[in-house]
Amino acid sequence: MTNSNLIYLDNNATTKVDEKVLEVMQPYFSELYGNPSSIYEFGGKNANAIKESREIIKDFLGANNQKEIIFTASGSESANSAIRGILNADKSKNHLITTKVEHPCVLNTYKQLEKEGYDVTYISVNSEGEVNTEELYEAVNDKTALVSVMYANNETGTIFPVEEIAEKVKSINPKTKIYVDAVQAAGKININVKDTQIDMMGISGHKFHAPKGIGALYVKSSVLFSPLIIGGHQENGRRAGTENVPFIVGMAKAAQLAKDNLPDENSRVKYLRDKLETGLLSKIYNARLNSSSKNRVPNTTNIGFEYVEGELILLNMNDVGICASSGSACTSGSLDPSHVLKAMGIPFTALHGSIRFSLSRFTTEDEIDYALEKIPPIIDKLRNISPFQAELKELRQRKGLA
Amino acid sequence: MWNYSEKVMEHYRNPKNVGSIDDADAIGEAGSLSCGDMLKLYLKVDEKGIITDAKFQTFGCGSAVASSSILTEMVIGKHIDEARKITNKQIAEELGGLPPEKMHCSVMGHEALEAAIKNYYGEENTTSNEHDETVCFCYDVSESMLKNEIKNNNLKTLEDVINYTKAGGGCGRCRGKIQDILDKINNQPKEEKLTNTQMIIKINNIIEKYISPELRKDGGDIELIDVDNNKIKVRLTGRCQECNRSQVTLTHFVEATLKQHINENIEIIRV
Repeated sequence: MTNSNLIYLDNNATTKVDEKVLEVMQPYFSELYGNPSSIYEFGGKNANAIKESREIIKDFLGANNQKEIIFTASGSESANSAIRGILNADKSKNHLITTKVEHPCVLNTYKQLEKEGYDVTYISVNSEGEVNTEELYEAVNDKTALVSVMYANNETGTIFPVEEIAEKVKSINPKTKIYVDAVQAAGKININVKDTQIDMMGISGHKFHAPKGIGALYVKSSVLFSPLIIGGHQENGRRAGTENVPFIVGMAKAAQLAKDNLPDENSRVKYLRDKLETGLLSKIYNARLNSSSKNRVPNTTNIGFEYVEGELILLNMNDVGICASSGSACTSGSLDPSHVLKAMGIPFTALHGSIRFSLSRFTTEDEIDYALEKIPPIIDKLRNISPFQAELKELRQRKGLA
Repeated sequence: MWNYSEKVMEHYRNPKNVGSIDDADAIGEAGSLSCGDMLKLYLKVDEKGIITDAKFQTFGCGSAVASSSILTEMVIGKHIDEARKITNKQIAEELGGLPPEKMHCSVMGHEALEAAIKNYYGEENTTSNEHDETVCFCYDVSESMLKNEIKNNNLKTLEDVINYTKAGGGCGRCRGKIQDILDKINNQPKEEKLTNTQMIIKINNIIEKYISPELRKDGGDIELIDVDNNKIKVRLTGRCQECNRSQVTLTHFVEATLKQHINENIEIIRV
C-alpha cells in the first residue's frame, strides 16, 4: 500500500506533517544547530528563532505575553506539568475535579494523585458526550485545588464550554485553578484564552500538522507554577532541557497555517465530515451516531456499527486503504472498550463496533466518496458473520427496510 | 497494528463455513456481546459420529473470526470424539500462531467446540455448576475454567492468564485471586519475588479481605499509600485517625496480618 492511495481518516490520532512545516524546520538540524543558550551569534540566533515561535504560539492561544508559553515535548507532558505544577506550588487544598472522559494523560495522573491522598471527583457526561456542568459546579468547594476539563473530546469531538466552566468555577472558589486540555481543539476551532478565567492550557503539535514530540503549555502569568522537569534555566526556569529548536519552529509554522486554515476547517472539512456521517448513516441500517452534539469540532464523527466488532471493521477497511480508529477493546491490546463511550452509556450492541473518523484539511471529496462506496459493503459482509442475525433483522425492520 | 500471520489474514478476509445449520445436531456458544466477542458453532453429525458439516457465526476481532473459521475446517470429517481432543493450542498453531494478547480467541474457539460436543451428548455445561465460583466478573470466567487453561497452556504469569482467558483484564479486582490460583498450581512459594505492581495488588487484596472489614466495624479504615519492597506505607482514615490505640492496631493487627500473608520482613510505616 503506497501513501498515494491511502485514505487517512484518523487525524485525531496524528496528522501528516505539512510540507511547509518541514521546510522551515530543515535548516535547524545540521546547519543552524547552535545551542540557543550560547553567547556567540551562531547559537544566539536560535534563541531568536524560539522567540519568534513563542510569539506565534502566544497569539495562537491568545495569551497576553510570551512568558506565559512553555514549550514541552507532548500534550501529555503539558498536562502532567500543569497538574503537578499547580499542586506542588500550593499544597493547601486536597480536592480535584475532572471529567470521566478526559484523555489518559489527565485521568491517569489524577488516579495517581488519588493514591497519593487527593480526593477526586469525576464528572459524568450525557449520552451525547456533553459534560454535566451542574454536577461539576456542585462539586466545587473551598478545598478544590484544580479543575481539569478538555476543550474537545478526542473520540467524539464534543466541545466542552471551557470558558463558561472556568468563569463559574472561579465565582464559586476564586482560588481553584483551571487546566484545559486543548490538544483536540487546537487547529480545529478558534482558541483565545484572553479575558477568560482559564489558568493553563495544553496543546500538542502533531495534532495540527507539526511533527510528533512537541507541545506547549500556557500558564497565566499570575499563576504560581512549580516546574516538573528540573535542571537548567530554559523556558524561564519552568521546563529544563535544551530547547528543541527545529520542532519549536515547526510547531509555530503549523500553528500559523492552522489559523489561516480555520475558515476551511469550519466550511469544507465540516462539509466533508457531514457528508461522510450522513452518508454512512443512510446507507448502513445498523449504524448509529454516537454523538450528535451540536458542539463538535468540525472534523470528527464517531459511528457505532451494531452487532459487528470494531477491529474487524478496521482490518477490512485497511484492506481497501482506509485508516480510522475504534473504541473497541481489541484494537488497543487492553480488554476494556473506550472509557469515553462507556461514560456516555453507549449500548453494548454498538460499543465494540464504534469507529471514529477524523478528517483534516488534506482530506478530499474524492476520498470521502471512496469511503462511502467501500465501507457499506464491508459492514454488510461483517453483518453476515455476526451471530446476532435475529437482532439485526429486527433492527432492519425497525428502520423500515424490511 | 497486530502482527497477524498470513493464515490469520486469509481467514478473516475470506472466512470459511460462515452461517448457521437449521437442523444442527449440536450447537455450542462461547463469549458474549458485552465481553466483546462471541462465537456460535453449529455441527452436523452423522449416525457414525462423524462431523459432516460445521458452520459458525462470530462477533469479534480478526483473530476471533480466523479462529472460528479454521476450527470449522479442522473438525469437518473428524469423529466427534476425535474433535474433542482438539486443544486451543492446536487452533492457534493451525493459524500459524496468534499474538499473545489474542490467545483468548483460540480459547473461545475451544470453549465453543467443547460446549457443542457436550450439547451433542446431552451433558451439562460445567459453567452452570453451582460449586464453581466465578473469579472474573467482568468477563465471567470461572475458577474451573481458569485452572483448566492454566494447566493446559502451562500459563505462568498473570499476563499469560489475561491473554488466554481475559480474566483479570477488566477492572482488575480479581487479579489477586488469579495470582493465588496461579501460585497454587505452579507451586510457587509465597516468598517468590513479586513485581511492585503484583505486590500492591496482593496487599490491597489482603487489606480488602482481612483488614478493612475489621477496622470498618469501629468506623475507621485504612488506605495503602506506597510500597517500597517490604516497607508498606499506609494511612489510617475515619475514626482510626484520632484513636489513641491506633499504633497498637497497626503493629498487632495490620502488620501481623500482612506478615502472615506475605512475609516476615514486612514493615508498616504510618504516613
